[in-house]
Amino acid sequence: MKPRLIVSRQMPRAVGERIRDEFDCPVPQGEDLDTATALRLLAETRADALLFTSHLKLTAEVIAALPAHVRVAATCSVGFDHIDLAAAKARGLPVTNTPEVLNECTADLAFMLLLNACRRGAEYAAVMRRGWRQGFGMGEMLGVRAWGKTLGILGMGGIGRAMAARARGFGMRVLYCNRSRLPPELEQGATYHADFEAMLPHCDILSLHAPSGPATAGIMNARRFGLMKPGAVFVNAARGALVVEDALIEALRSGRLFAAGLDVFHNEPAYDLRIAELPNVFLTPHMGSATVETRNAMGFRALDNIQAVLSGRPAIDPLWS
Amino acid sequence: MTKPKLLITRRLPAAVEARAARDYDAVFNETDTPTTPAGILAAAAGMDAILCCTADRLDGATIAALPASVKVLSTFSVGTDHIDLAACAARGLPVCNTPDVLTEATAELTLLLILAAARRAGEGERMVRAGAWSGWAPTQLMGAQISGKRLGIFGMGRIGQAVARMARGFRMQVHYRNRTRLPAAVEDGAVFHDDDASFLAVCDVLSLNAPGGAGTQGWLNAERIALLPRGAIVANAARGTLVDDAALIAALKSGQVAYAGLDVFRGEPALDPGYLGLENAVLLPHLGSATTETRDAMGHLALDGIDAVLAGRVPGNVVR
Repeated sequence: MKPRLIVSRQMPRAVGERIRDEFDCPVPQGEDLDTATALRLLAETRADALLFTSHLKLTAEVIAALPAHVRVAATCSVGFDHIDLAAAKARGLPVTNTPEVLNECTADLAFMLLLNACRRGAEYAAVMRRGWRQGFGMGEMLGVRAWGKTLGILGMGGIGRAMAARARGFGMRVLYCNRSRLPPELEQGATYHADFEAMLPHCDILSLHAPSGPATAGIMNARRFGLMKPGAVFVNAARGALVVEDALIEALRSGRLFAAGLDVFHNEPAYDLRIAELPNVFLTPHMGSATVETRNAMGFRALDNIQAVLSGRPAIDPLWS
Repeated sequence: MTKPKLLITRRLPAAVEARAARDYDAVFNETDTPTTPAGILAAAAGMDAILCCTADRLDGATIAALPASVKVLSTFSVGTDHIDLAACAARGLPVCNTPDVLTEATAELTLLLILAAARRAGEGERMVRAGAWSGWAPTQLMGAQISGKRLGIFGMGRIGQAVARMARGFRMQVHYRNRTRLPAAVEDGAVFHDDDASFLAVCDVLSLNAPGGAGTQGWLNAERIALLPRGAIVANAARGTLVDDAALIAALKSGQVAYAGLDVFRGEPALDPGYLGLENAVLLPHLGSATTETRDAMGHLALDGIDAVLAGRVPGNVVR
């Protein structure tokens, strides 16, 4: 008999196909289920497992309400801000995420934001949408050349290191700040700064790749933006919570920052619309992992985790131990 | 000693104009008004040198009619399509351009086009900017992964080689089509193709980095597009003339080409209106070299060429 699974969110087609093959699932492609509906379906189908995303908040209350036959909950994401891990652990519910498979994809998007911020991509695209039909003077609408600049990276995990590898192809000098220094084979010539504030004045471009949490909440505040070089470029494809948005907006308005590339915001999707009024930002809707290849890989990884737990093996990516 | 007279046809970056004013009796186009051949001829009277741009048209008749006082023509560009070089050679007029200095800026814009097109950044930008973002979903705006894919570079000159270096950081496998095979050290693992069919078949991403001109006119046509893997990505930061627009637009509609990123067009600053409604095309207004660092370097190199010719030396950036 196939294990029973509830999927709380629409999944890529290839993931839906595998769910149909391996699970007894009433909604293999997933529909967007609210919490009450998800809990009801889990109980009605006597489900063994839940596949969900940040859409469904696994609070202590929801975890307490999960039927006892649910033996594993797998989020199809690397982030787990939406899960109360202490409550999951207290109840002994294995919870898993999908790390690693989105490193390259997210670094690609972060670098895309970096280039668009430096090269005024949003302004240029707006010119084209107006039909162009105007030449630009040789000194007009100039951007910043990314090639050869100094890039500072906050958070040198898998995504930060993939970002550094891309930067090297652009002749960039790479600086990084991380809780601990990396061994030379991972550092690949990047310069370690234990002190974030000491790194900032050296950065032409700063890109955030740290997780959110108490240690990083609001780490980019007015003081930190003030330590950056005038005309620096800022990139955030990590978490909106890392940034004090009032300070970011002020730095973009004053010209302290030349531009920013942002994929994440404090309130998503109801982000601060003052940001949309700025010409010198390039904005994307939290799509760091949004490729068919990576979203399939994330879905498959979540299913691998579920299958591991249901067959009595340890989870591949447990979020608590 | 009187300074030599220099005509600068269009506005240039401030640092470049400042140097020109310091070293020359320079005439500027204060209002940056587009030129005509007749206007250039009128302004050229008594000039020792002309610093022009790609928007100026210096055809055979104009070159032949330039006053004898003009000893050097320097263009603020790599391309020389706008200048009749044969006419310049016929009257012994040296022409300088600005190679090399815009290699990195143009190459990085090529990567921007590839990434933005593949990752559907135009759609995402417009959605967020309009306040129309309804929330994250596992299937929202799924684009194509770039890292690890096969990149085909058509035209492996300086810019093509820089694109290859940048692409390697994305773990892309580089293939290239070029008149001649590069030495192994320059190739750096890139795979040479001596025919279009074998080349196009491996292009998950196709980047056009060849010069314009008769040899490449309309190169990316319907027949060649059909040889690409279905769902390929096309980027062009080289010349609009390389592309058959009707064929590319049809391929973007059919899905044969999934995404395109274009910085150059036929008939600039107009473009085939067929591109404007396509969500899967990222369009930029020919700003491949538009960085402060690059434009300053271009202007300085163009002036270096003029300095050299007027001092009786052969400049390093003379067009042969």
